Amino acid sequence: MLEVRWHGRGGQGVWTVSNLLAMAVSLEGKYVQSFPAFGPERSGAPVLAFTRISDEPIEVHSMVYEPDIVVVLDYTLLGSPAITHGLKKGGVIVTNFEDEPSKIYDVLGISRGEYRIFTCPATKLALEILKRAITNTAMLGALLKASPIVSMDSVFEAVKERFPGTIAEKNIDLIKKAYEETREVK
Amino acid sequence: MAKVPLEKQTLLNVNGDEAVAWAVKQSLVDVVAAYPITPQTIIVERFSEFVANGEVHTEFVAVESEHSAMSACVGAAAAGARAFTATAANGLALMWEILYIAASLRLPIVLAVVNRALSAPINIHCDHNDAYGMRDAGWIQLFVENVQEAYDTTIQAFRIAEDERVLLPVAVNLDGFFLSHTLENIRILPDEVVHEFLGGYRKIPKVKVDYLEDEVPLVLNPARPLSFGPLDLYDYYFEHKMHQIEAMKNVPEVVREVNQEWYEISGRKYGDGVLETLYVEDADVIITVLGSTAGTVKHVVRKFRRDGKKVGVVRIRMFRPFPHREIAEVLKNAKVIGVMDRGISFGSYGQSYLEINSSLYDYKEKPMLVNYVYGLGGRDASPELIEKMINELLSDAERGYVENKLRFLGVRE
Repeated sequence: MLEVRWHGRGGQGVWTVSNLLAMAVSLEGKYVQSFPAFGPERSGAPVLAFTRISDEPIEVHSMVYEPDIVVVLDYTLLGSPAITHGLKKGGVIVTNFEDEPSKIYDVLGISRGEYRIFTCPATKLALEILKRAITNTAMLGALLKASPIVSMDSVFEAVKERFPGTIAEKNIDLIKKAYEETREVK
Repeated sequence: MAKVPLEKQTLLNVNGDEAVAWAVKQSLVDVVAAYPITPQTIIVERFSEFVANGEVHTEFVAVESEHSAMSACVGAAAAGARAFTATAANGLALMWEILYIAASLRLPIVLAVVNRALSAPINIHCDHNDAYGMRDAGWIQLFVENVQEAYDTTIQAFRIAEDERVLLPVAVNLDGFFLSHTLENIRILPDEVVHEFLGGYRKIPKVKVDYLEDEVPLVLNPARPLSFGPLDLYDYYFEHKMHQIEAMKNVPEVVREVNQEWYEISGRKYGDGVLETLYVEDADVIITVLGSTAGTVKHVVRKFRRDGKKVGVVRIRMFRPFPHREIAEVLKNAKVIGVMDRGISFGSYGQSYLEINSSLYDYKEKPMLVNYVYGLGGRDASPELIEKMINELLSDAERGYVENKLRFLGVRE
C-alpha cells in the first residue's frame, strides 16, 4: 500500500488534488481512498489530505501516520515540522519551490540523504497558465515525475471528469509543464 | 436473480454520503424528506441534484427540522410511499419522538445516520452515541465498515424493512468523515437489477379489518378509511408492543437472507449479514467493534497473526436487534474479549459492552471482558492505539485476570 500526504492551505484545492489522484488510479483498476484531515474548512489555514493506493481492498480507516510520499502545495509551509513528521525513512518529498534547490535542506531543517526531494516552481507555472496561484494540479504533475504512481493519461482523464472544458485543458497543460520542470535535488 | 459480473457493475469514485445518495437514487424511493446537518449534508445535496435533474421520480420535501423530516416520512410511508431520510447527531436527537412513532406504526422507513458526536461541546466528528441514543426506539440498526458497504446496505435496508415478516424501519449507520467524506472506488449494480432486487415499487401488505369484508391495503386512503396509532391505553397497548417484539425476532433471518441474495447478485457479502468474523476459531483474544474502525482493527490483527499471536475480530453489523446468542457462540471459547465502543452510557459502560456482557452471562465457561471506550468526538483510532489495546489484552489473557474492566483508549491522562 502506498500512502501520500498532501500539505496546503484551505482554498488551494488540497482535497481536490487528492481526489484527482485517487480517481486516476481507480481508472487503472487499483483500490483507492482519499480524504481530508477532517475539520471545518478555513481559508488560508494549513490543511492536509491523504491518498491511499493499493492492489488489495483497503481496510484501514484511520488517518495516515507514516506516509511514503509528502506533497507540499505551498512553500510557506516548508518550515513546519509537520512536513516531515512520520515520513518513512527514504521517503519522497515533492514540493513547490522556486529558490536555489540546494537551499531546500535548510528550509526543511533536514540533512542530505534522509529523503528524496523533488522541487517544482508550481506557483510560477500556475500563474503563467491558469493566471491564478492555484498549485494543486501542478503538484500532481510534479508528483508523477517523482513517482510514476499512475499514467499521465489516466490523470488527464480524471481532470476532464472533474473540471469542465477549458479549465480541464489548462490544468492538463499545467500538469505537463510541471512534470517537465520538476527536478530531483541532488 | 442472476449474478452481475464485475464488468457490468459501474465503477464510481464516491464518498460514503454520495454512495448512499446513489443507492437511494436506484431504490425507487417515492419520498425523501430531509434537513441538512454535517456530516450528512452531502447525501441530501446529491440526492436533490438527482431530483432537480429529473433522474428520479421522488418527491423531495425540504423540511424545516429533523422532527419534521421524520414526521413527513411517517405520513408518506403511512400513505404507502417508500420513504427515506438522513441525519446525524443533534438532528437525530431532534427526531427522537418520531423515531418511536415510525417503529410503532410498523412503517418501513430507511434512515441513514451519519454518526457524529452529540453536543456539548459542539463537535462535527464521528462517534456512536447518536446511534446508541435511538437504541430503544424499535428500529433495526445496521453499521457499515466502508463506502461500498454503505451503498450495498442502503439498498438492502429497503428490502429488510419492507419484508412482511419485519415491517420495521431501518437505520443504516456510517461513520461521519471516516466514511461520509472519504472517497473510495466502489461498484454499483445496474438500475434494473436494483429494481428487481427490491421487487419494484413498495408493495403494501393487506390486512383484515373486522369492520370491512375484504382484506384492505394497510395504507391511509380516504376510500378505505383506516386509523394509524389511535388511542390505545392499558387495554391493548401492551399487546401491540408484543407485535413489535415478535417482529424483531424475525429480523436476523431476513438480514441473513438479504445478505446472501445480495452476494449471489453482486459477489459481495458482509459476514452472514449480522456478524462478520476474522480469525475467531482459535483466538485467545477477540476484539468486537462496529463501523469503520473494524477495518483498521482487521488490518492490525493480520499483523498480530503474522507474528503468531492468536487474535481475532468480530464486527457487529447488526446492533438492533442484538444478536446475543450468535455473538456468544463466537466469543465463548476465547480467553479475553476487548469490546470497543465509540460511545458510553454515562454512569455505566459502553453500550455494546452491556449487550455482550448479557450475551455471555448464562455460559458456565466464559471469557473475561474488557470495555474499551475510544474515538469520542472523532478522535482517530490509529493502528498504533489498536496495537496497544491488543497487547494489553494479550497480557490479560496470559495473566488470567483483568484489573480494570473499563478502559479509555487514546485519551489524555
